[in-house]
Amino acid sequence: MTVGRRVVVRLVLLLLGAALWWLVYRGLQPFATWFTYDLLKMADGGRLASAVEFFVFEAPKVLMLLTVVVFGVGIVRSFFTPERTRRILAGKREALGNVLASLLGVVTPFCSCSAVPLFIGFVTTGVPLGVTFSFLVAAPMINEVALVLLFGLFGWKVAALYMGTGLLIAMVAGWVIGRLRLERWVEDWVYKTPTGTGQAGEGAPLTWNDRVRFGRDALKDIVGRVWPFVLAGIAVGAGIHGYVPQNFMASIMGKGVWWSVPLAVLIGIPMYSNAAGIIPVVQALLGKGAALGTVLAFMMSVIGLSLPEMIILRKVLKVPLIVTFAGVVGLGILIVGYLFNIVL
Amino acid sequence: MKTIQILGTGCPKCKALAANAEAAVEALGIEARIEKVEKIQDIMKFGVMITPALVVDGQLRSAGKVLSEKEIETLLK
Repeated sequence: MTVGRRVVVRLVLLLLGAALWWLVYRGLQPFATWFTYDLLKMADGGRLASAVEFFVFEAPKVLMLLTVVVFGVGIVRSFFTPERTRRILAGKREALGNVLASLLGVVTPFCSCSAVPLFIGFVTTGVPLGVTFSFLVAAPMINEVALVLLFGLFGWKVAALYMGTGLLIAMVAGWVIGRLRLERWVEDWVYKTPTGTGQAGEGAPLTWNDRVRFGRDALKDIVGRVWPFVLAGIAVGAGIHGYVPQNFMASIMGKGVWWSVPLAVLIGIPMYSNAAGIIPVVQALLGKGAALGTVLAFMMSVIGLSLPEMIILRKVLKVPLIVTFAGVVGLGILIVGYLFNIVL
Repeated sequence: MKTIQILGTGCPKCKALAANAEAAVEALGIEARIEKVEKIQDIMKFGVMITPALVVDGQLRSAGKVLSEKEIETLLK
């Protein structure tokens, strides 16, 4: 087969796959209804029936969305490397640097276990401290798993709100940290670390085959890791959906309760890596009268402010800087939480 | 005799990469010393920003990926 033919065959397969995916996706709600009321013959309006229908619909829906988005994001990420991001950010002026760093934080491959080498690699090659922090806030907070779950369970408006306000927090928090001139609270040895150029790892330019493989690897890695949390979260969410009375949450996480936002942020900090399991639970709570601002603040805190990451960063940052970092980001999340509770 | 270094601060992915490297060496039947580099200062000397990374005879060959046994075999040949 010639290369041209092969490309055409692949495109046709891709289109067929997409069409099939769409058909199955559209069929999930009727299937869940049929499964619950016709196959299991559950009584309409019953608590268990409501929980079962919720789970049978949401679980495959979220997993299907996750598969497509993680694969797509994997391909997008193959165009970005930390080295390239660093080259773009090095020597940039602060305000512009903060904006770019936040946006690049979303698309650059990142894992919190690499936060330390990345931090050193950035600050020793001329990326300003505040700009580095914009990256470190955006990279974990705005990730594809969170966005898929928000989109799938809350709709595109909430997902867009989360992404927009998350980016804004990353930009502003990084800018504030930069203005505070906190370089003295970076461990002394960091700036003295000799760093290589990091060029050798790049090698030959990637082909489309490589990029597809990159997407597939991301799929295996991420979906393989989060699916149990997603299912567990949706199962708990289904329980809440069926059994917790309407408006139960209004008195705890409702708009009128001023302390609910700070409490949500505090509870969120130690909860990490369970974001995939927490979002479906939170979605069910929202249905029972919790306020959207409180819910958004809670999720941002769970995903964006993580205790393990702070402990990892302690290797390169002195305690006052970690506290400032958590404080500035936490404050940003609080403002977002209150804002949405007031506006919506 | 090749020297293979695995750069990483001890995350699960680093261990997976080390295991794959050992398997690759065994499959090829070559003599190689596998060494884990866990101190951050030493890792930075290679200019790596995402771990785990693989270094063969002082040359950085990959970063931020758990290479499969097969991929490491090709690198070692």
